[in-house]
Amino acid sequence: MKILVCISHVPDTTSKINFTENDTKFDPNGVQFIINPYDEFALTRAMWFKEKQGATITVANVGNPSTEATLRKALAIGADDAIRVNAEATDSFTVAKELAEIVKNENFDLVLCGKESIDYNGGMVPGMLATFLDFNFVNACIGLEIDENKATATREIDGGKEIINCNLPLVIAGQKGLVEEKDLRIPNMRGIMMARQKKLTIIEPTQTEVATATTSFEKPAAKSACKIIDNVDELINLLHNEAKVI
Amino acid sequence: MSVLVFAETSEGKYKKTALEATSYGKNVAAQLGEPLVVLTINATDPSALFNYGAEKVLSIANDSLKSFNAKVVANIIRQAAEKENAQVVIIDSNANGLYIAPMVAVNLNAGLASNVIALPSSVSPFTVKRKAFSNKAFNNCIINTPIKVIGLSKNSYGIIENPVTGTIESFSPTLIESDLTSEKMEQTAGKITIADADIVVSGGRGLKGPENWGMIEELASILGAATACSKPVSDLGWRPHSEHVGQTGKPVASNLYIAIGISGAIQHLAGVNSSKVKVVINTDPEAPFFKAADYGIVGDAFEVIPKLIEKLKEFKANNA
Ligand SMILES: Cc1cc2nc3c(=O)[nH]c(=O)nc-3n(C[C@H](O)[C@H](O)[C@H](O)COP(=O)(O)OP(=O)(O)OC[C@H]3O[C@@H](n4cnc5c(N)ncnc54)[C@H](O)[C@@H]3O)c2cc1C
Ligand SMILES: Nc1ncnc2c1ncn2[C@@H]1O[C@H](COP(=O)(O)O)[C@@H](O)[C@H]1O
Repeated sequence: MKILVCISHVPDTTSKINFTENDTKFDPNGVQFIINPYDEFALTRAMWFKEKQGATITVANVGNPSTEATLRKALAIGADDAIRVNAEATDSFTVAKELAEIVKNENFDLVLCGKESIDYNGGMVPGMLATFLDFNFVNACIGLEIDENKATATREIDGGKEIINCNLPLVIAGQKGLVEEKDLRIPNMRGIMMARQKKLTIIEPTQTEVATATTSFEKPAAKSACKIIDNVDELINLLHNEAKVI
Repeated sequence: MSVLVFAETSEGKYKKTALEATSYGKNVAAQLGEPLVVLTINATDPSALFNYGAEKVLSIANDSLKSFNAKVVANIIRQAAEKENAQVVIIDSNANGLYIAPMVAVNLNAGLASNVIALPSSVSPFTVKRKAFSNKAFNNCIINTPIKVIGLSKNSYGIIENPVTGTIESFSPTLIESDLTSEKMEQTAGKITIADADIVVSGGRGLKGPENWGMIEELASILGAATACSKPVSDLGWRPHSEHVGQTGKPVASNLYIAIGISGAIQHLAGVNSSKVKVVINTDPEAPFFKAADYGIVGDAFEVIPKLIEKLKEFKANNA
């Protein structure tokens, strides 16, 4: 089984978000970048397939050279090789198209993504990628088993879950449940050393047009101070008469 | 040309988000000076959408669509969009909406903006505002393609009545083949989900243990609310993972969010910030949640919640 894990490179969850150039650009100054948390679940599940079922793992990112540290981290966790498409990942549609090129050229049969990147929260790339490839697709995936070319995937739905059967090739958009959080892998010294020897291929993008473009960013309006209340009658009164939510 | 909304049903009834998407679609159609067409599958009463501005309802009745298959539905939306020459396609943000929107976008060779929270600020260039950075910011984004797909964020626009005289047209699209099948669904019946709830009552580690959730459940049931929890609470196994909210859990966009014994860590707030009104109950006046909340009580949950339950019961009895 040939697995591709798509990795997006995002600000750490504790980051304060700032913008520059008249609020048209994200300011990476002082921001620590990490593997998108959902992609860590996908990568760890891929490692399980590698160890138990003899799969090979490639990790891919569409991004500028600064994302290579994140790809190296994925190699240190245990991916076999990495691909970076040398383009700014500003538009999900083109990111998905670039990734689709990789999948077609290298014949991957299983593509594991995260359910969304925690920066732009698009939740778009995996479904687009699957549709460009005409592969099966399972969104919000919280469990995945593969037996030969058959997959059983569990999908989170509003208020429950659904168990799905389908054939490979398959793209999933995964999250916690794919593996448990305590089982997430972190790179060890040996992994880090080995990662240095692993192949990281840089390829040039094939797409030039973008479907969407950010024109500006805004921060939420400053909040008025919290009203501190000392009894529940007053709380009920305010929620009913002022906020009108009960 | 037209604006097309996909209005999802559950057991024949429109979901709230379907009515919200229709209300929103009506206004986008007005901005563009085009009619609003709404596509729906197995609705008991397709005409219910006239009340929210649907000039035309494309109604599909087909038993083989009772079980949801994203690829099949995304393809049906493409057929409807082509038939109606839709310029804008609007899809809600329920689990199924989030699943199909990117597929529809590729089917129509269209740019998609997900998590959209307001009407387009301009239709040329077509510009929408969306949530990003886990609610820490918004981005204004242009969709360049001839057809535009919008994923409408829940509870961002509201359900707005706008009665029109409409028509119902029955629609029989071709159903594409798919080897993907649903083996089974497991849904907790009768429980309000975080996704659907107007009010969410959420508990944190301050509640000390799973045995203390009785009062959280009771408070939620009086308010008709869903229950939720912070991440450590689900990690500790006090509550199911499906209740975990925050940046890495479920997003909450309810009208009212009540946080009990939750400190208000940045990752927690990121996921609940888009709730309209936030109430915090915490013993520690320095807890960061007080900076993010609208109303706060500094106090012990074990004293405050039972009192709140008692008073709310009286309030509900008087305001029934
Ligand atoms: C990568 C990453 C992702 C994360 N994602 C999420 C996420 O999605 N969601 C999330 O929730 N967290 C997330 N976290 C964890 C987050 O950082 C906090 O650790 C967590 O939110 C704290 O949960 P808590 O407020 O329940 O517990 P605590 O921080 O322990 O707070 C308990 C609060 O209860 C109060 N309290 C104590 N006793 C009482 C009482 N009797 N009555 C009233 N109040 C009382 C205390 O004053 C305190 O403020 C994430 C962390 C990381 C590193
Ligand atoms: N630039 C990128 N490079 C590689 N994979 C990506 C990129 N952007 C998104 N993905 C994948 O798509 C998933 C969903 O991302 P998004 O659609 O951006 O919310 C992520 O969890 C990744 O698995």
